Amino acid sequence: MVRLIGFFVGLGFIFALLYAILVTPLAIEHNATEEFHLEPRPLALASNGVFGRFDTAQLQRGLKVYKEVCAACHGLSQVRFGQLEALGYDEGQVKALAAQFQVPSINPDTGEPATRPALPSDHFPSPYPNEVAARAANGNALPPDLSLITKARHGGAAYVHSLLTGYRNPPANLPAELRPATGLHYNPYFANLNLAMPAPLASEGQVTFDDGTRATVDQMAKDVSAFLVWTAEPELPRRHAYGWAVLGFLFVLSVLAYLSYRSVWADKKGH
Amino acid sequence: MSFPWAKNYAPQHPLMQWMDEKLPLPRFVYNAVGAGYPVPRNLNYWWNFGVLAGFALVIQIVTGIVLAMHYYASTGGAFNSVEHIMRDVNGGWLLRYAHMNGASFFFIVVYTHIFRGLYFGSYKAPREMIWLLGVVIFLLMMATAFMGYVLPWGQMSFWGAQVITGFFSAIPLVGETLREWLLGGFAPDQAALNRFFSLHYLLPFVILGVVILHIWALHIPGSSNPTGVEVKDEQDTVPFHPYYTAKDGFGLTIFLILFFALVFFAPNLLGHPDNYIEANPLSTPAHIVPEWYFWPFYAILRAFTGNFMGIDAKLWGVLAMFASIALLFFLPWLDRSPVRSATYRPLYRKFFWVLVADVALLGVCGVMPASQPWIILSQIGAIYYFAHFLIILPMISRNERALPMPTSITAAVLGEGAAKTADKAASAA
Repeated sequence: MVRLIGFFVGLGFIFALLYAILVTPLAIEHNATEEFHLEPRPLALASNGVFGRFDTAQLQRGLKVYKEVCAACHGLSQVRFGQLEALGYDEGQVKALAAQFQVPSINPDTGEPATRPALPSDHFPSPYPNEVAARAANGNALPPDLSLITKARHGGAAYVHSLLTGYRNPPANLPAELRPATGLHYNPYFANLNLAMPAPLASEGQVTFDDGTRATVDQMAKDVSAFLVWTAEPELPRRHAYGWAVLGFLFVLSVLAYLSYRSVWADKKGH
Repeated sequence: MSFPWAKNYAPQHPLMQWMDEKLPLPRFVYNAVGAGYPVPRNLNYWWNFGVLAGFALVIQIVTGIVLAMHYYASTGGAFNSVEHIMRDVNGGWLLRYAHMNGASFFFIVVYTHIFRGLYFGSYKAPREMIWLLGVVIFLLMMATAFMGYVLPWGQMSFWGAQVITGFFSAIPLVGETLREWLLGGFAPDQAALNRFFSLHYLLPFVILGVVILHIWALHIPGSSNPTGVEVKDEQDTVPFHPYYTAKDGFGLTIFLILFFALVFFAPNLLGHPDNYIEANPLSTPAHIVPEWYFWPFYAILRAFTGNFMGIDAKLWGVLAMFASIALLFFLPWLDRSPVRSATYRPLYRKFFWVLVADVALLGVCGVMPASQPWIILSQIGAIYYFAHFLIILPMISRNERALPMPTSITAAVLGEGAAKTADKAASAA
């Protein structure tokens, strides 16, 4: 009985599927956006790979790019100033750095809304008080928070680097409906090819690096991408170090476990 | 339960003797997973996965309890509380990555365990109840994993919840009301997040309870084995401890190496980047995809694209998706072949491997966008899936000619001649 009912249930689903095959057009849809969209170019960073660690000099340069360029529109709300000690700054430097940012507060005498200089325990403040203000200032586009951006996009840091250096004039054969509308900018690394952000890193020397590194557009883009890997995964070097210790321990344990398995089974023929 | 030659628990120490009189818990453990449980001597490495699944459940419960101490189930605070765990809680990143990848590894070992059961016919009499309880565990795992994925309140959390709870609205007449009642609103929001958190904490303990029933049911007929031949006498078995504790111990170290390699070096490999974007009900992601372990079922859901026989395509998809799991409950009665192991079923073995390839194909279709050629591939994949269990399996079990089987487990291990000699020696003794 079970087999009989099962047989007819199975036939029901199979006929429904055969019918679905018949009514679904087989033609592969042509997607013009995909034709012009580019995958991120590979980016070599010190944090890549299973031995990856951070290059603190690069992170400091990246922080400077963020502070002087990106921070105008993008927040970094998950990061506390105090964490910047991981970039090689001492406590005093972190305090001075935090104090350059204003965070919302209240006037202690009147209770009126006010601002005060940030402390190391504060998170990076958002450049806009709320989403409406952010959209109003950016032609209805919302600049995303950058704290997790390298984990939140396919391609991670390579995507950020490619996007920042990928602005160009639309190719001549680009169909009219894919051409950037007013206020949009063509960038083949962006999912739908046109984004509201104009090229933020436009010219060499836009940021002056304290360590004398030549601030080409590519260098600035690389450094800020490296910095954003740190903001997304500050635990990365510790994670890799723990990983090798744990795997080393487990490797020895697995050898011992295998030997004890063989020794326990030694009296059983045929194993 | 168990075999007459099973070792008897005989505590030596006065404290253990006292304990055995008052509450024989050590005796229970001894008979369940100790020297008191005789197990076929020929189990291969595929038999490690039950213990590994149990271990994965323990990883999930332990990491999950600690994560719940720091997590905050609110639509405004959940996403930030997960980042707080990742950044500010001591070892929080390790706990969270272990829990995230622990879910994936739980499914990897459980899928292996299920396919082992399919290959070696572990679902057949007298072990039907073990299989039925296993399917219950699998369903509970799917519900738990789905609700857990909603908790970080990222984009995929939110939109996944939207899509999955949307299944209920396909039910005629009461669907929409039922969906609103389950969610506590018109869309996933605070009410849904709170109840998902509550149930996500509850269900693992329900799973634990059913696991205990699963093991209890296993101990009545005893473990199956790769030949499918039942245990005949003492020389066919070895005590679980130390023989299989040693073998499972080695398997466990390999499992942990693979698990921690992923946790420490590629923790986000199996996740979706969109879940690092906070949930936004006003912005739909370009492609909504569930976690990898749901891809084959998601492909079956989406394969139904026509309103056949006056039934809406969406309802067909939802019915088929539930049926694809529900049919496993009937498997012991769909397959009537008296031969358990596919080793001796040449025809079934071929179809088994086609099924494995078919589920892999459905998995790929599930992650791809709903466009050709993936639609037709998922339709073909779904046709085979239902045909395999509901048509092919019942038919071949009538006509298949099985290969000659060993006369006993010992004969399979030592060869027929050696087994007879050992038999004589045993009866002489």
